[in-house]
Amino acid sequence: MQDTTQVSEFKGIMVYLEHSAGQLESVSLEILGKARELAERLATDVTGVILGYDIREFGEEAAQFGADRVLVADSPSLAQYTTEAFCNVLAEVVRDRKPEIFLLGATHDGRDLAGRLAVRLNTGLTAHAVQVDIEPETNLLVCGVPGFGGSIVARCKCPRSRPQMATVRPGIFPVPERRPQRKGAIETVQVNTGQVRTKVVERSVKAGVDIARAEIVVIAGRGAVTYFDSVRKFADSIGSAIGVTRPLADRELMPRDYQVGSTGIAVTPKLAIVLGASGAAHFVSGIRGAKTVISVNKDPDADINADADYFVVEDIGRLLPALLSKLEGK
Amino acid sequence: MKVVPKTEDVRFDQQTRTLDRSGAENEINQPDKSALEMALQLKEGHGGDVVLLSMGPSFFEPYLRLGIAMGADNAILLSDRAFAGADTYPTSYTIATAIRKIGNFDLVLCGEESSDASTGQVPPGIAEWLDIPQVTYLSQLNIEGSMARAKRTVKGGYEIVEAPLPLLASVELGCNSPRFPDFRRKRWAEKEFKITVWTAADMGVNPDKIGSKGSHTTVDELVELPRPSRRMQRITGSPEEEAVLIVQKIKEAFGS
Repeated sequence: MQDTTQVSEFKGIMVYLEHSAGQLESVSLEILGKARELAERLATDVTGVILGYDIREFGEEAAQFGADRVLVADSPSLAQYTTEAFCNVLAEVVRDRKPEIFLLGATHDGRDLAGRLAVRLNTGLTAHAVQVDIEPETNLLVCGVPGFGGSIVARCKCPRSRPQMATVRPGIFPVPERRPQRKGAIETVQVNTGQVRTKVVERSVKAGVDIARAEIVVIAGRGAVTYFDSVRKFADSIGSAIGVTRPLADRELMPRDYQVGSTGIAVTPKLAIVLGASGAAHFVSGIRGAKTVISVNKDPDADINADADYFVVEDIGRLLPALLSKLEGK
Repeated sequence: MKVVPKTEDVRFDQQTRTLDRSGAENEINQPDKSALEMALQLKEGHGGDVVLLSMGPSFFEPYLRLGIAMGADNAILLSDRAFAGADTYPTSYTIATAIRKIGNFDLVLCGEESSDASTGQVPPGIAEWLDIPQVTYLSQLNIEGSMARAKRTVKGGYEIVEAPLPLLASVELGCNSPRFPDFRRKRWAEKEFKITVWTAADMGVNPDKIGSKGSHTTVDELVELPRPSRRMQRITGSPEEEAVLIVQKIKEAFGS
């Protein structure tokens, strides 16, 4: 096993670039932006690494978003994400390039991959970072990791092994500006996928609205389940994205990507309209970044009222028709 | 299976900057309960034994007994002061070592993540230590012969993954409704069932790889995120009047 405790041998910041449906994930761009900042602090550079098939154009794109160098592993055997192939290829890349910091998006695949890779690389990994900084005295990576429903953040470091790995929560950092004139070095990586025991036989993915980035989100809670069709109509009529609380995602009313809260997405809209949610701590942490919150709940003592700028104590079944007719009539 | 304090019961002490769990009621980590339910359903369809495995102090025992009352066949608690302070690296190592000691397994089922630390890193870590394939964020699992077919949640949808056994799967919260303990089994589980306890010495773990000593990460400090200040203004009236005011607030939020 490689000695990951020879700290001084490890240099630079590496960013795992995830992509789906022919696009770089916005969390990967967000991390590139953050990595640039960290690189300035450490006077080092940013290397993106991307795995897939027929993905060469992403190299230039990543450079325009801030990577100094992009390592491209392009192979039919990487056409679909599998834990083992991606882990095997990335482990070799990291062993070869020895970055001091390695950041990945905290997506389903990113977390699946990072958890295995960190053990393979014999190093430390922090999860779902919402704060990513360099500690001035030590130049160590310090990540803020939310726990207990998201209100308490643990500041974590990985002092004695390298790379210092972290997954970064989507939607926390801004997407940096794309500079078309910015160029980076594009390098091809040898692909040796090794043993791959899982096989993806079907993949059903819809390119939906990225609710983490939406300007306005209507979020349905348990109290809005029976009126979900009207909730959709309401959201459509004001041009809003739609989100749900955990119990609605459990009932498969919407996919998990629309679940707002500490175990789902943190939204950062100008306006969140919360319909029929009680205001559990793990949910509320997901709307912390909303500029304005309007809540509707029939319970005058619902916890959500304290987390709203404007709250209405009303039966959603009565309010929604009034809202819809008002919007249609305007 | 992990025992966690109920999130809403945990208080942050501003003075000491530590968590006050003293007032917190504990529970079985909810996704772990979903994993147990999935295991019990598979047992009903395919036979086999369901073994509960947990790492923690002795106060975990009543929760393991609850799992036994739900239908698990056996329970092993990895309990040793030397395990304390473990991050996900030594935790996955210790649990994987115990699984090796149990031997002869087809499936390792875990909850997708714990509600306290919420990393979700232990399941893939265990799979790596055991060198077996993994499927994380799984909502359905079918076994045919020595093959597993799993529905896995990904961004924007799902994928169907096939993998040979033995396999590690992390199970999504909410993918099933965990059963209640069997009333007759409960008495036996509480009074007579014997939990197996393994210490570090029992398992032959590398002492440098466990507990805080084996951890790569350190927690510097805990910070409570300030609660955003909200206006908490109530809007009142008939539904029609409320609708008018809400539409007005929507316009205001966008500066028109």
